[in-house]
Amino acid sequence: MSDLSRRNLIKTGLAAAAGVAGLGVAAKVAGAYGLIPPDSDLLYGAGNSLTYAAQRMLTRHSMAQQYSRDQISKKPFANEVAPLPAEFARSQATGFADWKLTIDGMVARPKSYSVADIKSAPKSSQITMVGCEEGWDYIAEWSGAPLAHFLDDAGTLPGARYAVYYSIQPDWWESIDMADATHPQTIVAYEMNGAELPVPFGGPLRLRVPRQLGYKSVKYITKITVTDDLKKFGKGTGGANAEGGYAWYAGI
Amino acid sequence: MSSLRHSGFVRVTHWLTTLAFLALLVTGVEILISHPRFYWGETGNVNEQPILTLPIPSSRSTIPNGFSYTLPDQNGWSRYLHFEAAWLAVITGVSYAIYGFSKGHFRRNVAPAPADLAPRTFAHELARHARFWRAGEHEASSYNVLQRLAYSVVIFGLFPLIIWTGLDMSPAFTSVFPGAVTVLGGRQAARTLHFAVTILLVLFLAIHLVMVYFAGFRERVGAMITGRLSKIEEAA
Repeated sequence: MSDLSRRNLIKTGLAAAAGVAGLGVAAKVAGAYGLIPPDSDLLYGAGNSLTYAAQRMLTRHSMAQQYSRDQISKKPFANEVAPLPAEFARSQATGFADWKLTIDGMVARPKSYSVADIKSAPKSSQITMVGCEEGWDYIAEWSGAPLAHFLDDAGTLPGARYAVYYSIQPDWWESIDMADATHPQTIVAYEMNGAELPVPFGGPLRLRVPRQLGYKSVKYITKITVTDDLKKFGKGTGGANAEGGYAWYAGI
Repeated sequence: MSSLRHSGFVRVTHWLTTLAFLALLVTGVEILISHPRFYWGETGNVNEQPILTLPIPSSRSTIPNGFSYTLPDQNGWSRYLHFEAAWLAVITGVSYAIYGFSKGHFRRNVAPAPADLAPRTFAHELARHARFWRAGEHEASSYNVLQRLAYSVVIFGLFPLIIWTGLDMSPAFTSVFPGAVTVLGGRQAARTLHFAVTILLVLFLAIHLVMVYFAGFRERVGAMITGRLSKIEEAA
């Protein structure tokens, strides 16, 4: 081996070592600022974390694209859901009069809201797109009450970082960070295109998270738990979709 | 250094791009088969009329494509890898663009010389390629005009376009840059263009490989690894 190539080898080695050390420091800093998603693993952690960190620096306060009324899809598509449990049918029979949305976890005053309570909260409407990870989408007008309203009402405690939310469907849950949870367009939706939210589209209550893909907009929500650590939930990756191999952060 | 056919920077970015492209292609196909239908405008779903349906089975039972079976769902890991490879492609591409402009690589090696674009010269080069004539001596250290045109289209046209149309499908990205998707006609238009550009890139790859094969596969691939054409070294 010539001197020149040995010198090159040493230089390359040093550069690689510096690079690895730099990545380690970057990961620590990103972790401290909450820029590492809960599902980051060895294989896809780099790409997944870059996406989430870049989006959080870029999009903390951005508003999801809104469309004009004439762009609303004439034929929206309701993706299929797992068979609904018997308790759903029971509640549906009462016109969802007994449906409850509970907020608990890191809040000063854990509370339960009926659909009527939610409808009496300040109303917010948006014409936004539901984009599925499969590639299809539709535009609809969604109306509901901002999740931030209920988080304020229950009194989110300092140090809260995520909102975990559950469907009435068994083992179906998701979570978002507080940037999305307190975002003005994140709403507990109960109306679609000016009418009662149809059951196939998530009625009576669906959490709309318009800056992320459709699978984050969970249908039939019954409970929201505020937390500082997603490791305490399920397998620790932040949701049923993440446990099924899909990215926790779906803003792409 | 000037005797090298490809600089170290070009060689490293070439293979990183190859790696990223292959990962993007495989995972892109996996994602695509969950909805092998294309639309124009903002929205599209199985209730809407597609402008193109690929005659392939799908990984979703909701797709009315006439197949009685459903392929296994591979979207989870495919999406993770697609976006990770996209980061690799973007970081490599941006580094390469900075290098290309600042070091004169684009001006010297990639941009076609105006004289070579003159109809007679150009037609001659085209005919030479059509007959698969061996590369001339001068091509050992320089790209010919057809290469330069093809590389220019890929570097300055197709790569930026595929990144742009890919980003347009991100609801968080369009929340910051809505104009990036509306100017193309909507999210489904961007998705359709993303697929069209993929086809063009695959076509480029196929022709690229055929040309490398005819120019001498071992020698050319070797040059993209070591920087040198083995024959030139023997002669020197």
